[in-house]
Amino acid sequence: MKIRFLLPLLLFMVVIGILGRGLRLHPNVIPSPLINHPAPAFALPSMLHTGETTTDKNFLGHVTLVNVWATWCYACAQEHPFLLEISTAPQRDFMLYGLNYKDDPAKARDWLKQHGNPYQQIAIDETGDTAINWGVYGSPETFVLDKKGIIRYKQTGPITQEVWAQTLKPLIEKLRNEA
Amino acid sequence: MKKFIVMLFLCCTFLNAAHAAEDMFTFQNAQDQQRFDTLTTELRCLVCQNQNLAESNAPLAIDLRFQIYKKILQGETNKNIVDYLVARYGSFILYSPPFNLTTFILWLGPLLVLLSGLGFLLFYLRGNKQRTLHVDVA
Repeated sequence: MKIRFLLPLLLFMVVIGILGRGLRLHPNVIPSPLINHPAPAFALPSMLHTGETTTDKNFLGHVTLVNVWATWCYACAQEHPFLLEISTAPQRDFMLYGLNYKDDPAKARDWLKQHGNPYQQIAIDETGDTAINWGVYGSPETFVLDKKGIIRYKQTGPITQEVWAQTLKPLIEKLRNEA
Repeated sequence: MKKFIVMLFLCCTFLNAAHAAEDMFTFQNAQDQQRFDTLTTELRCLVCQNQNLAESNAPLAIDLRFQIYKKILQGETNKNIVDYLVARYGSFILYSPPFNLTTFILWLGPLLVLLSGLGFLLFYLRGNKQRTLHVDVA
């Protein structure tokens, strides 16, 4: 008999629980189906070495972060100081590559000169075709590639101190120790 | 994140204008045009997630429309084009998601709700009947 009166309360608590969980989800973050697949091939002009080509083969042999950025991207500018920090750390054990996404290369070069360049290599994707091939839907996005050039993780949105310490740094360490 | 919010805002603000999002895509025949219209209606814009590619004016939606346009001109089948996008953006890009382990609740949920409703109704009616009988006997 008493169960009957408790039932609405129980139902209410279940609904609150589900709604509470919903509040903490990030529906704008779409999981990438490219995880555990080789990075899609590309050959794009290099921003740092004029006349040279950057390809997916450049990723082989070391753990690589591929950061998709542009000067028009507000969140990229916010992320930039932290990229500089991790990239210039004394014992950096990964490569940081940039994919300059639908940008004006001249503007991007100026921007880096002014704010500092955290990248070891930058590929220029003016049309955005390569980014689409990589399933990019908003910048900044950062792909973590293992030594074999397999995409192992994708960070959508800026890399923050928290994301770095909790997710990316441990992952890079793990990938570094893989054959 | 902020950029996303700004984009979202812009998408919503320009909702009315979005219907005029007719790109300058010209097709050689009506059939290709039809295919383009169908595909862009069935695929979701990943920036404005409640709009399809045909309606959205987000830069990514414009780029994806252009990809679809190019692929139609190259003679690719609808299935190829959809597979290409799903391989990169996941089945999230489909307005009609496939039936699999992650989506079964989505597909079967309404049926479960219907069944539990029916179950409750039966249970309730039976209870009523017994009560009525009880009254009759009394």
